Amino acid sequence: MKELKVKAIVASLPEVTAFIDAQLEEIACPVRAQMHIDLAIDELFANIANYAYAPGTGDAVVGYEYDEKERTVSVTFTDSGVPFDPMQNPDPDISLPAEERQIGGLGIMMVKKVMDDIVYRYENGKNILTIRKKL
Amino acid sequence: MLNISKNLTDGKETITLEGRLDTVSSPEFEKELKGSLDGVSELVLDFEKLEYISSAGLRVLLVAQKMMADKGGMKVTHVNETITEIFEVTGFSDILTVE
Repeated sequence: MKELKVKAIVASLPEVTAFIDAQLEEIACPVRAQMHIDLAIDELFANIANYAYAPGTGDAVVGYEYDEKERTVSVTFTDSGVPFDPMQNPDPDISLPAEERQIGGLGIMMVKKVMDDIVYRYENGKNILTIRKKL
Repeated sequence: MLNISKNLTDGKETITLEGRLDTVSSPEFEKELKGSLDGVSELVLDFEKLEYISSAGLRVLLVAQKMMADKGGMKVTHVNETITEIFEVTGFSDILTVE
């Protein structure tokens, strides 16, 4: 697995996306799948940056792996912040009129939609979230 | 990366976005938007060169929609497949006027 360690802040997001995009280019990942993966990274890394260590800061590690046989990309986010399982997050009500719409929870919902698999575990004081996409 | 260009003609403001409307770029778009709606009776967001939009971008669209609700309204044009899918998954296709 290739890894990148960054500060868990929103300003690190372009570096994280560039790191993953460089790997995806090497395997000639289809553009549409890359958009989906980048979108998932945006949502999940932003969550870590905004909430994992609030009000302080900390580090996050982003890992990349490609299973050639299965043609599956895995991206893993690891942080030592407060335990948070995004899969337990309730989906927002998307039938409300514009005035009553809430944005909280929409990001995770989108990630669930565009990824094939999301696995969360909490181990040794760390949040470890893995998303997978079959190309 | 996001490039924002604006064109105001006869009260119709067209904002063209190029790149990605994501966590990093959305605050900039929100600032631009809020500073450019005075005297505007119609808002058009042209997404022809926009690759994708994250929930941070959706939040700004919702802000814009509310700001324009009692003016002349807002519409989104030239939406690509990825963004159409995002609008559908999030139910935004029901609250936005997409052409």
